Amino acid sequence: MKPAPFLYFAPNSLDEALLLLAQYGDEGKVLAGGQSLIPTMNFRLAQPAVLIDLNLIAELFYVRAQADGPLHIGAMTRQRTLERDPLIAAHAPLLQATMPHIAHPQIRNRGTIGGSLAHADPAAELPAVALALNAQLRLRSQHNERWVAARDFYRGLFTTALAADEMLVEIALPSLPPRTGWSIQEMARRHGDYAIVGVAATLTLDEQGRCTQATLALLSVGEGPVQAQQAIKLLQGELPTPALLAAAAATTAQIDIDPTADIHASVAFRRHLAQVLTRKALTEAFERAKR
Amino acid sequence: MDNLHTLSVNVNGVTYTRAVEARLLLSDFLRHELNLTGTHVGCEHGSCGACTILMDDQAVRSCIMFAVQSNGHTLTTIEGLTPDGNMQHLHPLQTAFHEKHGLQCGYCTPGFLMTLLPFLAENPHPSDQEIREAISGNLCRCTGYQNIIEAVKLAAQKKAPRP
Ligand SMILES: Cc1cc2nc3c(=O)[nH]c(=O)nc-3n(C[C@H](O)[C@H](O)[C@H](O)COP(=O)(O)OP(=O)(O)OC[C@H]3O[C@@H](n4cnc5c(N)ncnc54)[C@H](O)[C@@H]3O)c2cc1C
Ligand code: FES
Ligand code: FES
Repeated sequence: MKPAPFLYFAPNSLDEALLLLAQYGDEGKVLAGGQSLIPTMNFRLAQPAVLIDLNLIAELFYVRAQADGPLHIGAMTRQRTLERDPLIAAHAPLLQATMPHIAHPQIRNRGTIGGSLAHADPAAELPAVALALNAQLRLRSQHNERWVAARDFYRGLFTTALAADEMLVEIALPSLPPRTGWSIQEMARRHGDYAIVGVAATLTLDEQGRCTQATLALLSVGEGPVQAQQAIKLLQGELPTPALLAAAAATTAQIDIDPTADIHASVAFRRHLAQVLTRKALTEAFERAKR
Repeated sequence: MDNLHTLSVNVNGVTYTRAVEARLLLSDFLRHELNLTGTHVGCEHGSCGACTILMDDQAVRSCIMFAVQSNGHTLTTIEGLTPDGNMQHLHPLQTAFHEKHGLQCGYCTPGFLMTLLPFLAENPHPSDQEIREAISGNLCRCTGYQNIIEAVKLAAQKKAPRP
């Protein structure tokens, strides 16, 4: 249960970190909160030859809001900060409400938003929430920068669009349109454990109360965060009656997801949970949108 | 790999300077280098909470941090709660655990206490539900948790009696 030896760098600037990443490419790994990486290194499931610690790079820790513009979050912002930052509470209440579901305070004190998004654990909340909030991710390498939408970022089990010399440096969340409600629902065996199934949703209404836009993303039901495409289509342009929300939940559970069984849940149980939780999430999002 | 990094860290009010390998876990640094064996190691992968300590007054798990990462920071371990080691001077939270039988074998106890210190500082009148959530990241194989919850309530009362 001890990590294998590695070369350790703790640069003070992003440029230095990107230079090191360019230099060490595949052998190098960045260390964010360490709350997923260090356990896997302790098990020796991961044995990176070089570790580039981002914890001293002050320019990666921030939450910034512009009037009506997107909210910008530095990749090293701790999960605990997101839980408490008034800007997050005001501009991204769904993100704030998600935090208590992620592990425990001791872990959120270290764990970062960038680390969780880049790790791409299919059971993690933040990737699904990033989909639900149409997040844009800023990726940087030594000589390049590009923005990738969260929905294009996830490529399968623990796999993302990040190249070996690239780093996630910033997350931008577009502000929610007026009359938008949101919800996060999940079922875990113990508070803070990885969820057996989870759902993040937003619902936007027009003046007549019709749904103009919906987002619906699930966790622990596939190889990465999963968007419920068919269910979203069902909602678009319609009045969100209880019957419609129930139909969208059924579509999510039966058509949009392809869950697998593990020691915690069978496929049938996961589908059942997905249906119940999606209906709850859509109902709560609708109630919030009406206010 | 002979790659030593110098680190200087304040633990319970004492500054220590040591050269360590980057892969040395903070829990092992405290226990093996500084002989502060009050910090316990249960799982060594972040699941059980036994190794919880304070870094700059915030609870963290020392088994999933590298010692070098504590350079320049201030740590508090269980030993810091009773600096003179005199049983008469136990911290009120320790006394409450004693009085309410919040421990049996005691293996998990340092982790619980270090988790609860910042929690009670921020939340001096917690509800049962809040206490349960606060300790959800700490495992105890002996007590069944009920007496731990009683101890936290007692500690909260002692520290700040309700009007
Ligand atoms: C007991 C326990 C319970 C947990 N429960 C949950 C839970 O319920 N839900 C949940 O979502 N998570 C949970 N976690 C994981 C936790 O949220 C981690 O903090 C998170 O998964 C990873 O974030 P990190 O900052 O710690 O990243 P690290 O562990 O440092 O890194 C994770 C991976 O991402 C890469 N990486 C990190 N930052 C970047 C970046 N900026 N650019 C590119 N690559 C990067 C690293 O190289 C590494 O491969 C739990 C962890 C533990 C130990
Ligand atoms: S020993 Fe650190 S969490 Fe179990
Ligand atoms: S008292 Fe024995 S593990 Fe908690």
